[in-house]
Amino acid sequence: MNNLMVYCELENGRVMDVSLELLTKGRELADTLACKLEAVVISHNLSGIEKELAEYGADTVWVADGEELDPYRTLPHSAILCGLFGQEKPQIALMGATPVGRDLGPRVSSALHSGLTADCTSLVIGDHKDNKSGKEYTGLLYQIRPAFGGNIIATIINPDCRPQMVTVREGVMKKEKAAKPGAGELRVLDYKQWLNDTDFAVKIIERHMEERKINVKGAPVIVSGGYGMGSKENFALLHELAEVLGAEVGASRAAVDAGFADHARQVGQTGVTVRPKLYIACGISGQIQHTAGMDQSSMIISINTDPEAPINKLADYAITGDVNEVIPKMIKYYKQNSK
Amino acid sequence: MKKPLKIVVLAKQVPDTRNVGKDAMKADGTVNRAALPAIFNPEDLNALEQALILKDMRPGSTVHILTMGPHRAADIIRDAMFRGADGGILLTDRKFAGADTLATSYALSRALDKVKPDIIVAGRQAIDGDTAQVGPQVAEKMGIPQVTYAEEIVSLADDNGEIVIKRRLDHGVEVVSCTLPLVVTVNGSAAPCRPRHAKRVMKYKHARIPTELQDMDSDYISQMYETRDYLKIGEWSVSDVDAEDNQLGLAGSPTKVKAIENVVFQAKEAKRLTASDSDIDQLMAELIASHTLG
Repeated sequence: MNNLMVYCELENGRVMDVSLELLTKGRELADTLACKLEAVVISHNLSGIEKELAEYGADTVWVADGEELDPYRTLPHSAILCGLFGQEKPQIALMGATPVGRDLGPRVSSALHSGLTADCTSLVIGDHKDNKSGKEYTGLLYQIRPAFGGNIIATIINPDCRPQMVTVREGVMKKEKAAKPGAGELRVLDYKQWLNDTDFAVKIIERHMEERKINVKGAPVIVSGGYGMGSKENFALLHELAEVLGAEVGASRAAVDAGFADHARQVGQTGVTVRPKLYIACGISGQIQHTAGMDQSSMIISINTDPEAPINKLADYAITGDVNEVIPKMIKYYKQNSK
Repeated sequence: MKKPLKIVVLAKQVPDTRNVGKDAMKADGTVNRAALPAIFNPEDLNALEQALILKDMRPGSTVHILTMGPHRAADIIRDAMFRGADGGILLTDRKFAGADTLATSYALSRALDKVKPDIIVAGRQAIDGDTAQVGPQVAEKMGIPQVTYAEEIVSLADDNGEIVIKRRLDHGVEVVSCTLPLVVTVNGSAAPCRPRHAKRVMKYKHARIPTELQDMDSDYISQMYETRDYLKIGEWSVSDVDAEDNQLGLAGSPTKVKAIENVVFQAKEAKRLTASDSDIDQLMAELIASHTLG
């Protein structure tokens, strides 16, 4: 009871990275709170899943396994989660800020009147004193997230309602196997007790999911373009540099919104968070929306015609110049001088 | 026989956080709200377009905007009317202030209970919070299904018994069917909203909420307003929607803001380079030597 639960999501039969990242974070928080870390999986063909989740620290693995539960649908999944939360009364529930988590989380939080903070970038356990009532709280979850387009960082708390629910985007937390694996005790849910026929009102007629081809998150070097690239055609230059360097191409939200690059390449608060060895920011002004997703890069090079561009405050090297001039020179030098 | 639909679009007036210019942050690092124009939340415009497409498919249908906010939020209702909406309702009351997404959803669902729409369409998320929570939470409060991340309403059965919707997910698409009533939240990848129509602008430019009319103090517009019902934008307070005070605003919000920190860039000393051959060559040589590249 009153443990920390992580809703684990599957993609093509595998546990998603974001779920493992949340288990890693959840393990740390559960240790601080001296409570158990519990994983919840609602899908089909789940035998043996508890072993993998235990490696990431899960003490208990709750499983609802049924053909009708895969692929994900809002109503049955939320009914099962509400049922389980009602029975186990977790103090904290974490889920990925994926299309599934962002569909499921609000539905569950509304049904339980529990409060939900979306897209947290940091989670910390702390205390709180309510100035009005003087009531003191210990062991609350500080839900820290950017707001207002990333111009402010807000610490949200949820003093009185449980569970304290949050979603976190993929790549924001680190994924690491637990130093000491959890017990991974399997608890199979008799989930049908929580379902009604009306929970199957939405029917899936067709579904085409693509394998992920673009992996910006895992790339050691990222060549990223912003609105300042000017056009989709100019982005070809970034692809050329990326290919020569063995890098991946990223983009700012403005560039994605303008149609210069695919959404899967978006780096920033509403895209992926990256920590590459080298980040080359081309024609990116450096709005917080973007920098929130790349400021932990080991080295940052910016190329911008504006010497006052905010990105230069983060950069290790700030090249003042036109990308169309600078990038070909980089390609040329690298081709001639790398082994 | 095709039945007309009662369609409600949930929309929000938001500060334009996408175009944060140099003057948007004050010298002390705080947000200069005055420098951010208030706009129609972008994905709510995509939602409006889907609603208008439905209306086109079903002659006789109506599209109304429901929004919660201060009096000036009536601007987006007028804007929607210029683009094809029939009217709207502004939920406005000091008691709504300070609401988190749950308290907001509660207030909207109380108003929707009065309107009883066949279908509720909303933008996936608003750019000032990016939470994507209000749509699903309204659906839960109404006890009806939700289809999020919608890109296109594919078809609607003649008796309105079944609607087919295409969803755009991170790595693929899903086509689902469902019965009405239903909440649909629409992605930015959906069709853009049709532009304002000159004739509609002429017709609806004096549309007002009652408070705006009082503030204007113009006999000419008041007379017009009395005789032309289509100029009347609804203005509802807490008492109009039978909402419970303890579920509203700050009191009805489980989540509280403990602290706000303004983001201030901590400048580090960047090495300044030019686009000259020697600068670029030297940089590349350093990167190769340090094994950052290669």
